[in-house]
Amino acid sequence: MPQLNMVQAINLALREEMERDDRVVLLGEDVGKDGGVFRVTEGLFDRFGAERLIDTPLSESAIVGAAVGMAVYGLLPVAEIQFMGFVYSAFDQIFAHAARLRSRSRSRFTVPLVVRAPYGGGIKAPELHEESTEAFFCHMPGVKVVIPSGPYVAKGLLVSAIRDPDPVIFLEPTRLYRLIKEEVPEGEYAVPLGKARIVREGSKVTVVAWGSMLERVMKAVEGYDAEVIDPLTLSPFDWETLLASVRETGRLVIVHEAQFTGGFGAEIAATVAQEAILYLRAPVVRVASPDVHVPLAKLVEHYLPSVERIRGTVDEVMKY
Amino acid sequence: MPEETIATFTVRSLRILDERGKADEALMPPLSEADIRQMYELLVLTRTYDERALALQREGRIGTYPPVKGQEAVQVGSACALFPTDWVVPSFREMGVHFTLGYPLDLMFRYWAGDERGLVTPANLNILPICVSVGTHIPHAVGIAMAAKYRRDPVAVVAYFGDGATSKGDFHEGFNMAGVFQLPVVFICQNNQWAISIPLKGQTASRTLAQKAIAYGFDGVQVDGNDVFAVYRATKDAVEKARSGGGPTFIECLTYRVADHTTSDDASRYRSPEEVAAWREKDPILRLERYMSGRGLWDEGYGAEVKRKATRAVDEAVKAMESAAPPEPGEMFEHVSATLGQRQEKQRFVDHPPAPS
Repeated sequence: MPQLNMVQAINLALREEMERDDRVVLLGEDVGKDGGVFRVTEGLFDRFGAERLIDTPLSESAIVGAAVGMAVYGLLPVAEIQFMGFVYSAFDQIFAHAARLRSRSRSRFTVPLVVRAPYGGGIKAPELHEESTEAFFCHMPGVKVVIPSGPYVAKGLLVSAIRDPDPVIFLEPTRLYRLIKEEVPEGEYAVPLGKARIVREGSKVTVVAWGSMLERVMKAVEGYDAEVIDPLTLSPFDWETLLASVRETGRLVIVHEAQFTGGFGAEIAATVAQEAILYLRAPVVRVASPDVHVPLAKLVEHYLPSVERIRGTVDEVMKY
Repeated sequence: MPEETIATFTVRSLRILDERGKADEALMPPLSEADIRQMYELLVLTRTYDERALALQREGRIGTYPPVKGQEAVQVGSACALFPTDWVVPSFREMGVHFTLGYPLDLMFRYWAGDERGLVTPANLNILPICVSVGTHIPHAVGIAMAAKYRRDPVAVVAYFGDGATSKGDFHEGFNMAGVFQLPVVFICQNNQWAISIPLKGQTASRTLAQKAIAYGFDGVQVDGNDVFAVYRATKDAVEKARSGGGPTFIECLTYRVADHTTSDDASRYRSPEEVAAWREKDPILRLERYMSGRGLWDEGYGAEVKRKATRAVDEAVKAMESAAPPEPGEMFEHVSATLGQRQEKQRFVDHPPAPS
């Protein structure tokens, strides 16, 4: 079985889905001839041509807006936003239209659309190239929010996202793009949306983390009897898996690289407080980035939760 | 290299029927007497619906409503040029387009009365739901046109919007993309001179809106929007061009919003009664009546019969709207996504249970 990094795994998912179904088309800035700035779509232009690998003008709003129209017409567009920080220009299209057209038309029109965007910090890139604002999308009903944490799940989740009948925001942790290689089977397999994955079983503390933080969490919990949960889909969230784990362990640490206030960790903490407070042996603690803008390279490692900070927090929670 | 002019452009304006109802026969599109009568009946139907909607709102029987009055010719004239296979991407003040294409009046009433099931477009029509967020639907028309082109389907996609929308970013992004890919899309602007309280000169320093198309690499034409024949002809030319691979067209229709922006607006705060009165004189229905009268196609008896027929249709639609069962609370969960998440399931069945039957 081939060892692939996440870029290659996503590329393989796109290639196989395009081969399987001619409704799948890709559009975005530099996704065609150039193969995308991270080379995620490399080789696809030669294989599928300009009709299905659409190099668009520099227009985030129209990329997503046109993809909405394509989806309404019956295609399965996969739109790439070059960096998550540029998706803000397309919020109107995602929030006012992609998320709502099914509801607005009472299912007469649907939007089977995937918006892919590289996201997250730690890649020495300019401002707005390292955002982690996934919680924005989780507030809006009608869009799913999916974040892979490695090559294997990235391929399987993207296949599910492309086949999903509703819009999916697919956020790819750029720091992991080439950091991890895993066995990624060719051919069909899907990782279901809306289902969390227990990455490591344990009985004394539950740690939940997604995207690039999972890799750090796995290092941080070495030596602890920790259960690690990777939600994979933030919206809709798999509350059953999380709550079952917390009821078992009695402790919860939430780790995300997004800023603390209003991050998705707040939703998790509030839900656990409401649904499982009597099972808790320690306060629910969030390890997140501070409420400042993502700094550039010189400071970014002071900003992102480090393995040490995560380990220290797990330790405190265990000793509480 | 000397300084030289490298581009010049012209903007054409089209009017066939003047205010006294006299038509330029050389420009008249091929329309039978039956076609013209049908256009007239649709104009009257649209106005009758509109007047009733306004009255129903004042009586508290429907919600906020954006009147169409004065703009009927843009809507009926353009929609008459469409095929059932074409796609329409409307904003929120084009009910005449809907009715011309056969959208049921009672469904439209239900929508304005706050029942979202009113936006379920009948299966035989390709009309996207009403879009209240100004101009943001323009890229959808572009995407539909991209998909149709990919599928080699000979369809035209028509997006409707107002003059205010031309100031939005999505107007630029959508027009630009349509030009780059030479898509089968027709952009129809109902330039009704006002975006709530902001007059056209507050939206743009451009002499015409039509000329904006030139910068995007396709044709822009200005037509008299109160002239149903001019609108029909310009639209017919544009959709035929689109269906045969000729690319996009922008049609600026000069018209006027005779009524308030919506039932929540009071236009007397920002514009003069003289201005409104002058535009009432250019009324599109009056103009067509004068033309038809001169051709022996209209007399008071026929006019009264058309009005009676329209009133009957509107009466029946009001009855159908008011006798429709209200939606169940669970209905708001049914169309958020194909399947509900765990939390939505709980919200629907535990927090907002169906009413006991």
